[in-house]
Parts: sequence; C-alpha cells; structure tokens
Amino acid sequence: MTAEEWQIVWFTAWVSALSTVTILPFGLALAWALARRDWPGKSIVETFVTLPLVLPPVATGLILLKLFGRRGAIGGFLHDQLKLDVIFTWRAVLLALSVMSMPLLVRAARVAFEEVNPRLEQIAQTLGAGGWRVFFTITLPLAARGVIGGMLLAFARALGEFGATIMVAGNIPGKTSTLSLAIFENVQLGDDPRAFRLLGVSVLLAFTAVWGSEFFLRRKKAT
Amino acid sequence: MNFRLIKILFVGAALIANASLHAAEVTVFAAASLTDSLKEVAAAYEKESGDKIVFNFAASSTLARQIEAGGPADIFFSADEAQMDRLEKKGLIDPATRKSRLGNSLVVVVPSDSTLQIKSASDLTNASVKQIALADPKGVPAGVYAKGWLTRQQLWPAVEPKIVPTENVRAALAAVASGNVELGVVYKTDAAISKNVKIAYAVPRADSPDISYPMALVKDSKQPAAAGKFLSYLSSEEAGQVFTRFGFLLRE
Repeated sequence: MTAEEWQIVWFTAWVSALSTVTILPFGLALAWALARRDWPGKSIVETFVTLPLVLPPVATGLILLKLFGRRGAIGGFLHDQLKLDVIFTWRAVLLALSVMSMPLLVRAARVAFEEVNPRLEQIAQTLGAGGWRVFFTITLPLAARGVIGGMLLAFARALGEFGATIMVAGNIPGKTSTLSLAIFENVQLGDDPRAFRLLGVSVLLAFTAVWGSEFFLRRKKAT
Repeated sequence: MNFRLIKILFVGAALIANASLHAAEVTVFAAASLTDSLKEVAAAYEKESGDKIVFNFAASSTLARQIEAGGPADIFFSADEAQMDRLEKKGLIDPATRKSRLGNSLVVVVPSDSTLQIKSASDLTNASVKQIALADPKGVPAGVYAKGWLTRQQLWPAVEPKIVPTENVRAALAAVASGNVELGVVYKTDAAISKNVKIAYAVPRADSPDISYPMALVKDSKQPAAAGKFLSYLSSEEAGQVFTRFGFLLRE
C-alpha cells in the first residue's frame, strides 16, 4: 500500500463518517416527525426522502449536479455570494454521500421511534418533562438500537457510493477519489494489482464495520 | 383470402430474411473523440453496403481493456498509438491491417460566456484558473497528450493540482460546457461540437505530442471480411472528406 492508497482509504472512511454525522440531526428530526406527528404533505416528504434509495444513483447525481453546479439554483448562489464551489470538490463527495445515505437512516430511525410506546412519553410529560427532555431521556434511549443500526447502514452505504459521487465530484486523485472510484479507475487503466489492494481494504473495512455493529448490538442486548 | 396478398407477404418475408442473412453487423470500438464524425461516415457506408455498423465509444484505454477482456469488437479505432501497441503486443489485433490515417490537435476551451484570456500555456498556472478538466492523464489518450504538452512546457507540476480527470475527452468537454470548471484541454474536433464552449487557445502542433489515430482489425473478429470492407472504407476519399469537415487532419 502506497501513501496515495492510504490517503484514499482514510478519505473514504472519514468523509463517510462525516456524512453520517451531518445527516444525523436532520434525519432524526424527520424520522421523529414522520413517526409521531401528522401533517399535510407528510406522504410527499416521505416519498422524496426515500427517492435516492430507488432512483438510479447517477440520476440522483445528475439532479445534484444541476442544482449545485455553478449555473445551478443553489450552486450559483454559493459561487456568487459565498465564493464557495461544490462540484468537483470534497464538498460534493459529502453532499452525494449524505443524500444517498439519508433514506436508510430515516427509515430505520422512524421504525425505531414508532416502536417506542407513546404512553411512556405521555407519562413523562404528565410528570412535567418538556418535549426536548422527553425526546432525549425517553424516546431516543429506547430507540437507540434502531437509530444506531440506521447510522451504520448509512455509513456502509456511504462507503460504497459510486454513481452519484462520480457525477458531482469526479475522481480527482487526493481530493475526491474514494475507494469505489479508485477501484473502478484502476481496473479501467489496467492496474489490477492496485485495484486488488484497494478491494482488500474495502472488504476489511466492511467486515470490521458489520462485525463491530453486531458485537455492539449484542452487548447492548445483554445489559 | 386474397392470393396476391399472400404472395406479396411471402416474397417480402423472403427478402427480409435474405437481407438479414447477407447483411453483416460490424462492431467498432472507437475513441470517444470520433463519436460524431464516425457516426456520419458509418451512416453513408450503411446506405452503400447494406451492412450495419455498431459502435462502442469510450476512452481508447477503456476500449483496449475491454478488447483484452474479450469484448466483441471487429475493429479498434484508437486515439493513440500506445493503446494499439498494447493490443498488438498481446497479439489481439491483425498488424497487417493497422493504419494511422487521422491526426488531431489540442485546444484549450472555456465556457462560451467566460472572460478568461489564455495567451500562452503558462496562463494555465494563473490563480484565476482553479480547475482544469482533462481526460484522465494516467491513460486516456487526450489526457496523455495534454500532459505531454504541459510537461514539455515544464508546467505540469504547477498545473497538476488543478486537474479534474475525466473518463474520456467528451466528459472533459461537458465539464467545461456546464461551467463547473474554468477551462479544459480537449481536441480541436471536440471543441467544434459544443455550442457552450469556445476555444481560448490553440496549442501549436509542434508543442504537443504527435496525435495519431490508428485503426486495425481485431484478431477475434467473427466477420473479418465485412469488417475489412468497412476498414478500407475508412481510408476512402469519401470518409476522408467527412473527417476533414469535422476538423481532423489527414496524415497521408
């Protein structure tokens, strides 16, 4: 493994983790709103959040490219007002990973929240706890396993993301190149040994993540 | 039932069956930069010969990989000699049919509404140029040529951090056309295709590596006769005229 290859591994793991952390507050808020409240347009929002899961990743990537490009609605504003470019930078990788992994977190967390008995929340409220306190002391701890499971799923999805990332971030060595992009590139260029090394790391990373989560969840159950 | 109608149907079916029996389908693996010109050449040839030409356009390096892996190509039309050499060394093409007829040149393109001025190669190192789209210089011909040019100008180390490598030359063109990078280096023939880019600087031919497009029959071709016919058509006067109109140079 060369320094360049380690950089790819490190960047992939780091940006995947960052995307999971970034979507956490939004994902949990949305999951809670979907599980516990009824509001107009709920089914439409729900469908929109799930869309990246069913759309071809490159299609999602194209939508993001058009929105966040320098001539796009959001990208144009960021470029002109804040001198901030998204496309072909690490920010684009973060964006693609976040959008692609969000549905997994929201779906898992929503089910977890729904499984918490609402009576427990009501009792906490009658005892004087406010909404935030009920959420953080009753709902979230009881739903923790589902939420953590959702986070791990989102993280795993982010690790392997390809289609949306290549559309918005390209494959720039040392800047936006992730494990999946680098493996694909090296196979295309005929550098099989390197592709196999990166493949090995991918397997190791995935194995550790899954094995670690199983271990963690089992411990959790025992206590 | 009308007897005549049956007869017409029968004869028609026989004709179609006959045609499909004799019309060959020739598969050409061709460099992405040849997309538009080659489609036009093939359309004219299909009318003339009755054969069908099927294309797989991609980076020549990708195509060479696919042929190595047993991709069903009859003809390989590469954008550089290195990829063809690679296949010839492995005995995958017929060296006797190999011919390099087309040439091309490099240009620096910017989005058509850009105000960026490029007067020389060294302007690529200016701070106002943040990102440069290029076909992947690790293997895709257009990128390899561009890297060769910038290396000769001793600018590559300064330019390299700005490079956004793309899958093939057309993807680099698209990145410039969308305005997401300040400029790109593509073939002159690509620049002519897009309305959303303009040429900011034409690289003098003496400054860049010689750009040459070899073509050859693939050894594993299932129909070498039909493929050979199209290959010689590609060297014809008519085909030459189409290629010149798209901006290619004829090398003979």
